[in-house]
Amino acid sequence: MAEFERHSYDVVVIGAGGAGLRAAIAAHEAGARTAVVCKSLLGKAHTVMAEGGAAAAMGNLWPEDNWKVHFRDTMRGGKMLNNWRMAQLHAQEAPDRVLELETWGALFDRTPDGLISQRDFGGHRYARLAHVGDRTGLEMIRTLQQRTVALGIDVYMECTVTELLKDGDKISGAFGYWRDSGRFLVFEAPAVVLATGGIGKSYQVTSNSWEYTGDGHALAMRAGASLINMEFVQFHPTGMVWPLSVRGLLVTESVRGDGGILKNSEGKRFMFDYIPEFFKAETADTVEEADGWYDDKKNNRRPPELLPRDEVARAINSEIKAGRGTPHGGVYLDIASRRSPEYIKRRLPSMYHQFKELAGVDITKEQMEIGPTCHYVMGGVEVDPDSGMSIVDGLFAAGEVSGGMHGSNRLGGNSLSDLLVFGRRCGDGAAEYATSVAASRPTVDEASVDAAAEAALAPFAESGEENPYTVQRDLQETMQSLVGIIRREGELVQSLEQLAEMRKRLPHLSVEGNRQYNPGWHLALDLRNMLVVSECIASAALERTESRGGHTREDHPGASDEWGKINLVLTLGDSGEVQLKHQPLPQMPGELTELIDIQV
Amino acid sequence: MGYNLAMRVWRGDADGGGLQDFTVPVEDGEVVLDAIHRLQATQAGDLAVRWNCKAGKCGSCSAEVNGRPKLMCMTRLSDFDPAETLTVTPLRTFPVIRDLVTDVSYNYEKARELPAFAPGPPDADGKRRMMQEDVERGQEFRKCIECFLCQNTCHVIRDHDENKPAFAGPRFFLRYAELDMHPLDTHDRRDLAQDAAGLGMCNITKCCTEVCPEGIKITDNAIIPMKERVIDRKYDPLVWLGSKIRRRTDHRSEV
Repeated sequence: MAEFERHSYDVVVIGAGGAGLRAAIAAHEAGARTAVVCKSLLGKAHTVMAEGGAAAAMGNLWPEDNWKVHFRDTMRGGKMLNNWRMAQLHAQEAPDRVLELETWGALFDRTPDGLISQRDFGGHRYARLAHVGDRTGLEMIRTLQQRTVALGIDVYMECTVTELLKDGDKISGAFGYWRDSGRFLVFEAPAVVLATGGIGKSYQVTSNSWEYTGDGHALAMRAGASLINMEFVQFHPTGMVWPLSVRGLLVTESVRGDGGILKNSEGKRFMFDYIPEFFKAETADTVEEADGWYDDKKNNRRPPELLPRDEVARAINSEIKAGRGTPHGGVYLDIASRRSPEYIKRRLPSMYHQFKELAGVDITKEQMEIGPTCHYVMGGVEVDPDSGMSIVDGLFAAGEVSGGMHGSNRLGGNSLSDLLVFGRRCGDGAAEYATSVAASRPTVDEASVDAAAEAALAPFAESGEENPYTVQRDLQETMQSLVGIIRREGELVQSLEQLAEMRKRLPHLSVEGNRQYNPGWHLALDLRNMLVVSECIASAALERTESRGGHTREDHPGASDEWGKINLVLTLGDSGEVQLKHQPLPQMPGELTELIDIQV
Repeated sequence: MGYNLAMRVWRGDADGGGLQDFTVPVEDGEVVLDAIHRLQATQAGDLAVRWNCKAGKCGSCSAEVNGRPKLMCMTRLSDFDPAETLTVTPLRTFPVIRDLVTDVSYNYEKARELPAFAPGPPDADGKRRMMQEDVERGQEFRKCIECFLCQNTCHVIRDHDENKPAFAGPRFFLRYAELDMHPLDTHDRRDLAQDAAGLGMCNITKCCTEVCPEGIKITDNAIIPMKERVIDRKYDPLVWLGSKIRRRTDHRSEV
């Protein structure tokens, strides 16, 4: 048995984005000895890139808004595949979670009455997103970071967890390494909260950072937990397409929420041609009505540019395919001709800066070129809605790494609020669970620790030819070209074959240098996670023979009632193979079903 | 159009190191971080570099490009002559861990020393009211992405490790100013800023403002107003008393 650095806690949170920090704060306040472990420096997690805002039915601008309308919008946006209980808790608790940030120092934009201002976003009936210009994520993470520091919660920065540890059926800790030194460490803890975010780095064109390698998804599976909804990957309609260096970089939905429109190369505002039956009754079908909506929501319906993201991304994809794209393979997003330069700079300062600095485009004068970019995975760890615990005792998940809340498609703005609502619930749940097992605390199995250490060092022992950067590029190409925004049976089968080939290459990954801050080594370890989540996405996408939300099958257009009642559940078999089963969707109670079809 | 970029990149660790020459193919529209990534993927798999968002939003990829503190993700290659050799070195003010990665824990220690935001009770309906013009001053400071370029360039600590214990640096003067100007904060932070954070050691050369990638006017809008308020407090107790009394009844009149 090797001697490793050891730490003992009640709750260990993996990930320091919005969900992780909120979970840590809750666990700490519930009296649990709590640590946060994160791959980057504190304050750099992906939440920092969120732009638009946090959706919460506070009713500051539209008193008609309330949790029921938010719940309805969320369920409809997810095409009814959402876990109803999560959607309900989310809509009910989001306002309190946002107000709480203010108590911790957040400075949101204000209404004329001095309340938190709220902005329009796709799929939301009323202006509902609490925001700070277009840098809401930065405000949120900084607020939570400063709260975490003020409470004195231990933070292990630049530290990667590679394996969860178990005592029989229960979680007993986590194993990881310090990125700077490569030294291993062991956390002994009965409760672990996964808050590791998403999987976007498995795609070539993505708005996600290097950290998004599906760590939590993969850790959960290896520990015996299940994933749901993995076939649903959100392609954000508006990513930058040029220059290539920034392809995929997010262009916030706020551009459309604040009046921006989409046009093809012929100058046509094409979204009116893509209003699906499901949203006809609530979507404007003339330019006059659409433009009137921004100021008068009672007498006008929402512009089609603000349909849910899956609809807009598919429409853009179709325009480009039909040959009406821009020179760099996107479509135009125009706010310059619709709003004054002062308004644009005040409402969208980061977008102004981003296009000016990186593309040499002045968005107050010119149109932007944009196209879909991999942005978010709806799928994730299957959890109990109230406590956030997975099917493994002691393992919790919150935020993007959890599944169910957003169904087949997430509405913009529902992510930041999701992080807060379920981060807190998970922190509470984990603290409570840790107390319940305190008398017979699960212990760390030393053989598993040694095995984890050995697995982590394998790429140094191997002198094979596989370069981790090359394997990552191949994986991204496969996922981008075969499991992308529009899917077909043949291509999905082919993707699984290619992924199986890559699985054979993994043992031959080899890295140069030593263990000190070695990105090649880090990537070699992350690749294992990227591969298994890619297999999950492709398997579930092949199985679900319908189109719904973030899963579009060209060979099975349209949603089917049968599939609308089914979740696909993924687990790992004994030899590490992905297993898939059908599971009925939790049944929504009648009083909530009634809310769905109300025209508000 | 693409070309071959000549680069010199500092490689080494706490024990020492030096500049290494590389030639890396680059494309139109690329930034320094793209070139570094291509080096990693094709020539130096273990080249250590911090980065996250590659969009100027997280402040991770700070380094010195031709001696100037920059975010590598926001530094376009088109700003340089293709014939020029680009030199990339780690931030000088912080100890090197490896290659372009430095130990920035100094900043996290300073963050811990700063007393937290302390608001009074909310309004009767549980909400808090602040006017847009009152939050805007703080919002400018909260644009800070903690890239620590201002800390890196500040001459009080750049070549003077001995000043670090007594000096929090521009990033945290910004934070003191933000909290001091926060309409709901109830602490008076002027003594702390002056004594514990070393505000007095700053002689407003504005180097921090020049390197801020967010364009925050650190010196003019945060440091100088803080210094002025410290002086009010130090030399005129009546002004201080008055401001405290006013703060309770009408926080909006605070400057």
